[in-house]
Amino acid sequence: MAIERKFKIGKPILEVKNISLSFGGVKAITDTSFDVLEHEVRAIIGPNGAGKSSMLNCINGIYKPQEGTVSFKGKEIPNITPNLMAQMGLSRTFQNLALFKRMSVLDNILVGRKLHTKTNFLEVAFQLPKVKKEEKINRERSEEIISFLEIEDIKDTPVGKLPYGLQKKVELGRALATDSSVILLDEPMAGMNVEEKRDMCRFILKVNDELGTTMVLIEHDMGVVMDISDRVVVLDYGKVIGDGTPDEVRSNQKVIDAYLGVEH
Amino acid sequence: MMKPVFMTYTKKDLINLAVCMVLSVLVIPTFITTEYWYTSILIPWLCLALATIGQQIVMGYTGQLALGAAGFMAAGAFAMFNLILRVPDLGFVGSLIVSGLIAAAFGILFGLPSLKVRGIYLMVATLASQFFIIWMIDKFGWFKNYDSSGIITAQDIVILGKPFTTPLAMYFVCLAVTTVLTLLAMNMARGSTGRNWMAVRDMDIAAESMGVSLLRTKVQAFAISAFYCGVAGALFAFCYLKSLEPVAFDIKLSFKILFMCILGGLGTINGAFIGAAFILLFPVLLNAIGNNVFHGAIDATIISSIEQVIFGGLMIIFMIYEPLGMAKLWENIKQKWKTKIPSSTNLKSSLGKKT
Repeated sequence: MAIERKFKIGKPILEVKNISLSFGGVKAITDTSFDVLEHEVRAIIGPNGAGKSSMLNCINGIYKPQEGTVSFKGKEIPNITPNLMAQMGLSRTFQNLALFKRMSVLDNILVGRKLHTKTNFLEVAFQLPKVKKEEKINRERSEEIISFLEIEDIKDTPVGKLPYGLQKKVELGRALATDSSVILLDEPMAGMNVEEKRDMCRFILKVNDELGTTMVLIEHDMGVVMDISDRVVVLDYGKVIGDGTPDEVRSNQKVIDAYLGVEH
Repeated sequence: MMKPVFMTYTKKDLINLAVCMVLSVLVIPTFITTEYWYTSILIPWLCLALATIGQQIVMGYTGQLALGAAGFMAAGAFAMFNLILRVPDLGFVGSLIVSGLIAAAFGILFGLPSLKVRGIYLMVATLASQFFIIWMIDKFGWFKNYDSSGIITAQDIVILGKPFTTPLAMYFVCLAVTTVLTLLAMNMARGSTGRNWMAVRDMDIAAESMGVSLLRTKVQAFAISAFYCGVAGALFAFCYLKSLEPVAFDIKLSFKILFMCILGGLGTINGAFIGAAFILLFPVLLNAIGNNVFHGAIDATIISSIEQVIFGGLMIIFMIYEPLGMAKLWENIKQKWKTKIPSSTNLKSSLGKKT
């Protein structure tokens, strides 16, 4: 990228080492390693069933890999759980949308502020001054995110009633609200039209640019991936078959074979 | 959209609250003078609405299918009896709070299975609380102060040296407790606590990924729910039944509270009041129809059977067409009014109900 970045790409913030994950006899991921550098946009691509989502679930602690380790911010995480990773500053979105359907857009994003909420239920019940102060800060931050994502007009709508593209936006908003240093995006643009995709790309790049948030995303649209990511890792049958800049990956014979198929 | 005036409360909410308070504190005591209304309708309504709020917290807000509200009510009621008997220094209000806390301890204990099982299986697991607490009270005579008759008379309510024994006085005691606890419940439901509950209800894995601890949130919801049920049970025994017997808190009462919760509207506080009112008033209404329209031609037992049939039918209809219950129905009616008569803003706010 020609434009000078405010947040220079730095040291590895997230390292995945020799991860193997299997469900019974099915091997989802085999001995996979890669790293994510601070402030970069890192894409994970691969054909269907390559183990991309499983990979994110391992990083986030939803799946526990049989072998291998995940290191975050220079520390190896032994008993990895989603909650722990959230506390350490890693947030995510989900492939099939995991929003709180009956809650409004604003409330969904406010849940993202959970880790910035220190008051307990008794304090909330009695609405102590510090609860009000905290709630005010959290609401202001959420409103900021809502206007950043240009979804002000739907902020009081229950999320379940929104079209798919908007729900994806809300999910991004909820992940942003955590103020995490790394956000995992599982197919943020799946099922979107060209315009919505362009919007989503703009938001992802803008967040990365303005806040320096490290983005790890899974995406199928090659055009998008090559445009927005700094580095790409390619998975096929649970193994890394290519890793590097978009140009390097594009010219990698193994990657071309995996996507186009080879003659046997 | 409406701007919040007082944190999460809009101007409309405050007006609704004021209307409800004027109605319950001034209008009802002035115009209703028959004792029957207090002893048989208003007092049980407030007590059961309070228990229903407890059920709402765990089921409507946190999405954990629990069935055992009456068990916690029994725990609260008998704790109250024993506290007044054995620790008279605590006073009525103190005993009420401690009874709630004792029920909450049971809530934590029986809420733990929710971490491992969910849905209908959790319902069966929580049913254990219902049977265990009743069994425990029956088994150990200490809880009943070794009373052999099986039915113990509840002590008189004395607050700060003043007796509260008339129906109207007891109504005010129930009203005060219910109002305070309802406001606290609304604060929690609309604040960060409630958002955590609902996040766990709607998508637990995403909630966990946002840093919401499932263990803490579920156990907290069970504890608070049991606290509300415990306090409700104590009021129910002391103000309505005026006696204590484990049989009064059987599984039927748990189901009744469950119905109130579902018919009123899952995940709403005002639904608890609407649901409780409906289930309490409906039999009264049916009886009145039986007596006045058919002049007693229909047998009373048949009327009570008809009541069951209609309840069952209504449950099914609500589950299919309006799973969010009567509170949602009420919202929809208000919405329709709003679109039909946009100019009558004053009328609407005066018709408003506590939300």
